[in-house]
Amino acid sequence: MVMKCIKRLYMGLIFLFLYAPILVLIVFSFNESKSRGYWGGFTLRWYAELFRDRDIIKALYYTFIIALLSSIISTIIGTFSAIGLHNMGLFGRKMILNINYLPVLNPDIVTGVALMTLFVSLNLRLGFLTMLISHVVFNIPYVILSVLPKLRQMNKHMAEAALDLGATPFIAMKKVIIPEIMPGIITGALMAFTLSIDDFVISFFNTGSGVTNLSIVIYSMAKRGVKPSINALSTLMLITVVILLLLINKRSTKGDELLP
Amino acid sequence: MSKKLIELKNITKSYNDMVAVDHINISIRENEFITFLGPSGCGKTTTLRMIGGFEDPDEGDILFDDIRINNVPPYKRNINTVFQRYALFTHMNVYENIAFGLRIKKTPSNEVDKRVKRMLKLVDLEGFEKRHVDSLSGGQQQRVAIARALVNEPKVLLLDEPLGALDLKLRKEMQIELIDMQKNVGITFIYVTHDQEEALTMSDTVVVMNKGIIQQIGTPVDIYNEPKNKFVADFIGESNIIEGIMHEDFLVEFSGKKFKCVDKGFSKNEKVDIVVRPEDIDITTPEDGLLEGVVTSVVFKGVHYEMLVESKNYEYMIQSTDMQREGSQVGLSFSPEDIHVMKG
Amino acid sequence: MKNKAKLLAYPYIVWIAIFIIIPLLLVLVYSFTAGNIHDTSTLTFSLKSYEKVFNILYLNILWKSFKLAFISTFLCLTLGYPVALIISRAKAKNKSVLLLFFLVPIWMNFLLRTYAWMAILSPNGFINRLLKIVGLPSLAIMPGQTAVVIGMVYNFLPFMVLPIYTVLSKIDKNVLEAAMDLGANKLLTFIKVILPLTIPGIISGITMVFMPAVSTFVISQLLGGGKELLIGNLIEQQFTVQRDWHFGSALSIILMIMILISMAFMSKADKGDEGGATLW
Repeated sequence: MVMKCIKRLYMGLIFLFLYAPILVLIVFSFNESKSRGYWGGFTLRWYAELFRDRDIIKALYYTFIIALLSSIISTIIGTFSAIGLHNMGLFGRKMILNINYLPVLNPDIVTGVALMTLFVSLNLRLGFLTMLISHVVFNIPYVILSVLPKLRQMNKHMAEAALDLGATPFIAMKKVIIPEIMPGIITGALMAFTLSIDDFVISFFNTGSGVTNLSIVIYSMAKRGVKPSINALSTLMLITVVILLLLINKRSTKGDELLP
Repeated sequence: MSKKLIELKNITKSYNDMVAVDHINISIRENEFITFLGPSGCGKTTTLRMIGGFEDPDEGDILFDDIRINNVPPYKRNINTVFQRYALFTHMNVYENIAFGLRIKKTPSNEVDKRVKRMLKLVDLEGFEKRHVDSLSGGQQQRVAIARALVNEPKVLLLDEPLGALDLKLRKEMQIELIDMQKNVGITFIYVTHDQEEALTMSDTVVVMNKGIIQQIGTPVDIYNEPKNKFVADFIGESNIIEGIMHEDFLVEFSGKKFKCVDKGFSKNEKVDIVVRPEDIDITTPEDGLLEGVVTSVVFKGVHYEMLVESKNYEYMIQSTDMQREGSQVGLSFSPEDIHVMKG
Repeated sequence: MKNKAKLLAYPYIVWIAIFIIIPLLLVLVYSFTAGNIHDTSTLTFSLKSYEKVFNILYLNILWKSFKLAFISTFLCLTLGYPVALIISRAKAKNKSVLLLFFLVPIWMNFLLRTYAWMAILSPNGFINRLLKIVGLPSLAIMPGQTAVVIGMVYNFLPFMVLPIYTVLSKIDKNVLEAAMDLGANKLLTFIKVILPLTIPGIISGITMVFMPAVSTFVISQLLGGGKELLIGNLIEQQFTVQRDWHFGSALSIILMIMILISMAFMSKADKGDEGGATLW
């Protein structure tokens, strides 16, 4: 059928568009020659150089640590704040939520710059702490965004049932509410983690003293021109991402829904 | 006798390895209110969807006005559908929903207006033109769906369990309204339901289906009084179904006794199934009854008592206003006309 | 229980006061002052920064940012809608595979994706080398506006596809059948039923593309070679190289206001906002 062919052709082109740049990088990560035009022979030396590059290793380390810490902190604060907000009166809740979503609605350059001015006017040295705080700031809204709908969906009599059966509010929260909204909490945590790992702009403005992350390092390298070890990094990253997504997808076909 | 409008010839449809509709044959007439009745999965909805054009039969022909329409898409068939969950267009108001089909056919605006307003009157929703469909109750959405289909003046209206989502009282009101509507509009209604009471109330003809096969076609009275087999007897109304032997015409034996009955045409001593309706059994004293038994259960149902009486290893269900105590000895009595013999 | 539970939110209120409200207020204050930012005593009220914005040079930059963002958003919409449609109509087993592989690129680092285009589009890059081999003249795509647009579309296309796909997959199949039942063929069903019902998704997508597109500085820096300055670059420069934080703040405030206006515009067009569901 004509329609089917057109559809296939179109999707093929789109996927070509999406993957071509990545594939080019991968191919050239094995290229002996630094140039992006010539093929100078197959080599693994850029991979070796990647592992020897201190800057990149350090950046990877910071990226991961900040993402981990930030997602944990923001998930905890975000979840409890969401529970609190859920139980607030309409007017107060709306107002706080609107402010809460500002880091989501604002372009990250504005959020980044604003946080920087805060830190500078408090005379805080830009470094690990400021980067961490700024990540937590933009992560929390996403956690709240994930948890709040789950709270709304939850049967409001559940907590009352727990109290009716003898649970204190604290136990009701621990044993009833939290498990019930857990999917939202996990989604929020994952979102926070992903956003942190990938963040550039906000980190760029709020770090210093030698603390960098992956994005910043790639940016400075890219500005100066091409470094073949970045190609090697892309290949490794792609493999990691594909494996992760396949794992997630395998889990999701067993019941939970992560893909619509 | 009105003419044949739709004919299904040898229609078969399978999904994966499951046969949903198995070589069914049926004719549907003009102005008929015909209901496909059966349990979930019996093939009634699949049959309806094939008539509407949303599924293609694997085998067989669908004829409309003597023309084969197997390959005609839904938008070209002179048939309209009322869907189970209404399927209203949530981005349009009531007026635009109803006008949709007319606008597609490029009907002039004043004609559209006339016909939409007439429809709103028919379904008792005058004044609701500008309302958004999300703001309507289930019953109101139902009526918009009906109006949206009928305004196109199709020859046939398909209704896929349209009253399933309504509460009992509303459902009963809507049943009566639909019957009136069909008489007023004068077109064929093809109705699908699993509710046998609904089917008996509304239809001219009932088609009982099970596992993709038509079990019986007939008027509600026929189906109720003369079920052809055990499935129909069991599905329609409450029944006592007992195994027995047909000795000869008008004489049947079950529960250890021979009874005069009004059925004939079976072979000598053929194994048969006998149906006696609970409301046809009277409670008498043990001496006066055709059968004797012990009351094992009494439940008050409002309109009557439902009692179980065990006699000769069968628990007969009786519906009567004559209450008996649990444990009492009673007699059961019924007349020959109330015994229905079916092939075993 | 309710009264006690809401106390949980109070620490967060303090948090957002410190880390969201105050920073923005600071930026606002800086935009309306002049003087040395490190020494608050030198700060005086001044509209100098805002006046500076009205220089034709900077207005040009603002205009260019919006122009390129519009073009990218438009391209993302026209290219992305069919993708969402095709995936939503795919057979169940193909659907998850398609979605999976569509999502892989966005999980890769944003800078790497942009950098990847540098490798292809630059004067010595892949495309030009290929053209040279075949004997065709090289294309000066990068650095330039075209390269920036390509970079934007590449990075943001999935963010247009996902919300549209989500809305499409929620449309009741019966509604489409009803349209066909009432006489609409496939094209009419699409125009009169599917398209209007996906408007919330389209608006979500436009928001999620336009906003980062108009405020980016990475894409314009790397693919524009520093010659195609957008408002994002301008702001970045004020806070790093130029050290004119007042001007940078003014620019930030203006950017914020323009985005808030566009979004208010958008949410008027979309009568049913769900808040949470529209992000994914």
